[in-house]
Amino acid sequence: MADPMKIRAQMKGDVAEIRILMGHAMETGQRKDAAGNTVPAHFIQTITIDVGGKRVVDGQTGTAISRNPVFGFKMKGAKVGDKVVVNWVDNKGDKRTDEATVA
Amino acid sequence: MKSHVALMAALSVALVGPAAAQTKDANAEFEKFRAEMEESSPAELFEARGEELWKAKRGPNKVSLAESCDLGQGLGNVEGAYVRTPRYFADADAVMDIERRLVWCMVEKQGFKFEDIAKKPFQGANDNNAPDITNLVTYVASGSRNMKFDMPLHDAKVRDAFETGKAMAAYRAGPYDFSCNTCHGTDGKRIRMQNLPNLATSEGAIRGVQGWPGYRMTGGVMLTSQWRMNDCFRQQRFPEPKYASQAVTNLIAYMTGNANGQLYKGPGIKR
Repeated sequence: MADPMKIRAQMKGDVAEIRILMGHAMETGQRKDAAGNTVPAHFIQTITIDVGGKRVVDGQTGTAISRNPVFGFKMKGAKVGDKVVVNWVDNKGDKRTDEATVA
Repeated sequence: MKSHVALMAALSVALVGPAAAQTKDANAEFEKFRAEMEESSPAELFEARGEELWKAKRGPNKVSLAESCDLGQGLGNVEGAYVRTPRYFADADAVMDIERRLVWCMVEKQGFKFEDIAKKPFQGANDNNAPDITNLVTYVASGSRNMKFDMPLHDAKVRDAFETGKAMAAYRAGPYDFSCNTCHGTDGKRIRMQNLPNLATSEGAIRGVQGWPGYRMTGGVMLTSQWRMNDCFRQQRFPEPKYASQAVTNLIAYMTGNANGQLYKGPGIKR
């Protein structure tokens, strides 16, 4: 069960600042636990972000990203009231979709 | 000869200059990073989990903390609770900080066993999830975001905890003959690149209590003030105090009391 994401989307002038906080273990598959067994890799593999019904990010991510990652970017062309839909899928098939509105 | 002197002078300036500038730059850079991270602090994830736990009916008694736990601001009210503790709780007949109070509520109201909570009270470096108690503390602390510290120092029992904490901070012992004050009792000390706050002053004390409970970037774990106090004991090579003990409350009371009147920004982020 994945935790809900925290999404912040705010217009600053004509640029929208969007920041997404994702709760995820982001295991690299390189670590060993106390008993010496490898901790299996578990990480977010794809992230897609739609703003106002338009796909703006379609990303592939890997193990070089920290636990509980923050993904932030700025974009032109968004306006107040646009819906931001973020979706991620990890390598075990777990997924999560959350929404926010540009303020 | 004259040119030598000039050269020496130039060299010493060159040597002193960059070192000081570097420390300053590094601090400024880190502050920038912190400001950036505070906008989307992962602590929020733990707040959300804590809120769920606060409202859920749990434990053998099947009651929620929201309907049974009084943090000093009325039953179930978390607003301003963090900045007004440690305080005296008549039902427990003790001065408690928030974490200790929450443990008390979990044991007395929900029927959890203290030993079970104390078995793993803090998130380890390899744990994906923080223990319930840490999430709860984080949630309660978020209810005091942007409020001023207002620990009731006028209460004789709280004052007593404060004074005991003050004495503990000055107590030198252990293989290093360290006290808390060895590092945190005078202005302008630092360890490596970290400036150390003087906890006896208001400005220093607020730096000590600000940002706790905090999300530590190293390892990506959420930790509480109680953990921080334990870690100080560890660094001093003292025996670590028992979980949720009066000693830790006293130290927290000493710092919080000194920080009274200053703004608390809520659960924070640590390097």
